[in-house]
Order: sequence, then structure tokens, then C-alpha cells
Amino acid sequence: MSTAVAEVVEKKSEPLFSKKNKKLITNPLDIDNPITVQVLGVCSALAVTTQMKPALVMAIALTVVTASSNVIISMLRNTIPSRIRIIVQLAIVSLWVILVDQLLKAYSYDLWKQLSVYVGLIITNCIVMGRLEAFAMGNKPGPSLLDGIGNGLGYGMILLIVGFFRELFGGGSIFGFKVFEAVGVHYTGNGIMLLPAGACFIVGIVIWVQRTLNGHRETH
Amino acid sequence: MENLVSIGIRSIFVENMIFAYFLGMCSYLAVSKKVSTAFGLGLAVIFVLGVTIPINWLIQNYILAQGALAWISTDFATVDLSFLQFITFIAVIAAMVQLTEMAVEKFSPALYGSLGIFLPLIAVNCAILGGALFMVGRPYNLAEATVYGFGSGIGWMLAIVALAGVREKMKYSNVPAPLRGLGITFILVGLMSLGFLSFLGFSI
Repeated sequence: MSTAVAEVVEKKSEPLFSKKNKKLITNPLDIDNPITVQVLGVCSALAVTTQMKPALVMAIALTVVTASSNVIISMLRNTIPSRIRIIVQLAIVSLWVILVDQLLKAYSYDLWKQLSVYVGLIITNCIVMGRLEAFAMGNKPGPSLLDGIGNGLGYGMILLIVGFFRELFGGGSIFGFKVFEAVGVHYTGNGIMLLPAGACFIVGIVIWVQRTLNGHRETH
Repeated sequence: MENLVSIGIRSIFVENMIFAYFLGMCSYLAVSKKVSTAFGLGLAVIFVLGVTIPINWLIQNYILAQGALAWISTDFATVDLSFLQFITFIAVIAAMVQLTEMAVEKFSPALYGSLGIFLPLIAVNCAILGGALFMVGRPYNLAEATVYGFGSGIGWMLAIVALAGVREKMKYSNVPAPLRGLGITFILVGLMSLGFLSFLGFSI
């Protein structure tokens, strides 16, 4: 339900913006990815990715929260005293998180149970706070909305990649669909993929592949 | 008493904030380049977790939980304010971090000098809010919640100091260039997390 809203807004506003603003959406997908480059929001990326469905829901929830809090903070940016800005930001973010949490609890209780504390932890998800500090405090609401959506998508992309490999190799299924059984092969799940360690290995490998492709390097 | 020891050991090793739940990963990865700074941040996290979890326990059990307001009058016995959990907890955490920062600045300028920049960061460390939310989901009493808070903090510090120690030595290894930095750190965390799995067999 909430995705539909976000997508409509995105489509409406895109033609109004220049090429530069389109970069706000595409950059976080690759060279400015929140997880693999900015190292933000790692906790939930590792924790909710044992299956693809919770990963997808988490990505949608985070995109909605980031985009909407970006817009609100951006509208208020000239009135927030800088000394108390963190607590103002936290209050606005938690307002959105409470909404998302209650919606999930009402409409898909099982998923809400599965995501447990990680929906609440969107409040302290560094992506949200990081984008508020780095972008929304200094930009107009329009670009801030795009930036929020872009970073949410970048986060969601990594979540789905990690979730895909963990669910495929750990449980032999994708979105609950038993792939190996469907093609007639017996597959015994690899337990390490479902452990916390498996998530770390996959994120490490995703970073490796991504940096080999785009040439981003880190000197210690 | 035995119960408290068991909760303490469990929260440090078995249910380690980093290796079992990935809480507080952002600062864990960002501040683990040097052992000394990692140690400082670890101490700050222990303190903040140890203080905020009992406070949040009191708030949860006397204000927010269903029927918790019954101590005011029986009219309130059916009130359920638990949807306010997130905003109350985060407000308590932010306020406590601010207070801690001011107290440390006033009474121990030397410690403030070394911890200064990390203290405000702790407010948005997921381990703190995560600890509070886990505490709500478990039937702890006040003493158990306090031990749980300190134990989780100690576990977090243990993890960050260990990672910083390994990363200091990593300088001398020849890691493939694209994997250098963040990539290899993730793989290291994965290996350490496998090591911590061995604690799962402990029963106390």
C-alpha cells in the first residue's frame, strides 16, 4: 500500500527535475551505495535477509521512512536550531516508523513477528539519520525526496541480492518457492547461509564484486 | 543470583549484540580501525546500555505496557500505550546520552577528550535501542534487565576490541585491492561470528 504512494510521487516529480537530480536516484544504486560504500544501515541488512520476503518488506519500509522524513526535515531545515537537531530528527523519524510498524502489525502480522525489533530499529538506522544530516538539512524538499527514494532503493537492492543468495543456498527456495525441487533436484540446505556468518560473507563478496566492476578502492 | 550470572554470560557470549543480532554494526565497522578508540567507544556503550535499559524497563512496566498504569487508579487498568514505545525509548536514550556527555565533560575532561566525538554517536547506535526492544520482549525483572544491559554492552565492547585488534594486523597482509577495507572486514566479522557460535553449546 505504502509503496504505491511512494512510486506515484516519484513518477510525478521526475519530469520536473533536471539530469542532476536524476543522479540522486541512480548514484545510490552503485557508486554511492548506502551499504557497500557509505557503510550505513548495515545491521538490518544482515539481520533480515535470511529470506527474500522480509528483506523486500524491510526495503519498502525503509524507503518510505527515509523519503518521507527527508521531505519533512527538509521543509523544517531553516527553523530547527542546530543544537537540538538530532532529537528533532529522531522524533520525526520515529513518528514515521511508528506508522509503518502499526500498519505492518495490522495488515501482515506474521511478517511483523518475523521482522521483530528490526522495524523499530529503522529509527536508529544510520541511512535515515545519515541522509537527514548529509542531504535534507541542506536541500529543498523535492531533491530530498528523490535522495531518500534513491538511497532506499540502493539499500533495497543490496538486501535483495543478499536475501536471494541466502534463501537460495540456505533453504533452496526463492520467495518461498522451492526452486531445486521444482526442477527435480534434491538439495540439502546449507546451514551456514542462514547463520549470521553467512550474511557477512555474502555482503563481503558483494562488495568485492561491486568494487571490481566500478573500480572503487580503499586504502586501508 | 545464579539466574543473574546466567543472563550476564548469555548476553556477553551467546547472544552477543554483534555476532548474533548485528546490532550497532555501523559504528562497529567505522570505529574499529584502532584498538584504543574502539576501547573508548566500547566503554561508552557499556555505560549507556547499563543506564538506559533499567530506565526503559521502569518506563515500560509502569507507564507503557498494557495495564501498567493501574498504579494511578483502576480506571487506567486497560490502557495500552505500547505503541509509544519507540518514541519514548529513543527520547530516553537521546536524553541520557546528552546527560552523560555533559557529566563526563564536567567531571572528567580527559575522558571527554578521548570519548567526546563518540558520545553523541551512541544515541543512534542500534545496539542501545535494540537492547531496549529485546528487553521488552523478555520477561526480565529490574535486576535482570540491568544485568542484561551491562552484559550486552560488555559483549559489544569485546567484539569491537577484538575486531580492531585483527584490523590493526591486517595492514601487513596482502589483500586483493577491491576487497581491501570494508570487504575484508565483513568476511572477518563472519569468521569471528562463526567462532562465537561455539558458545551456543554452553548451558549455565
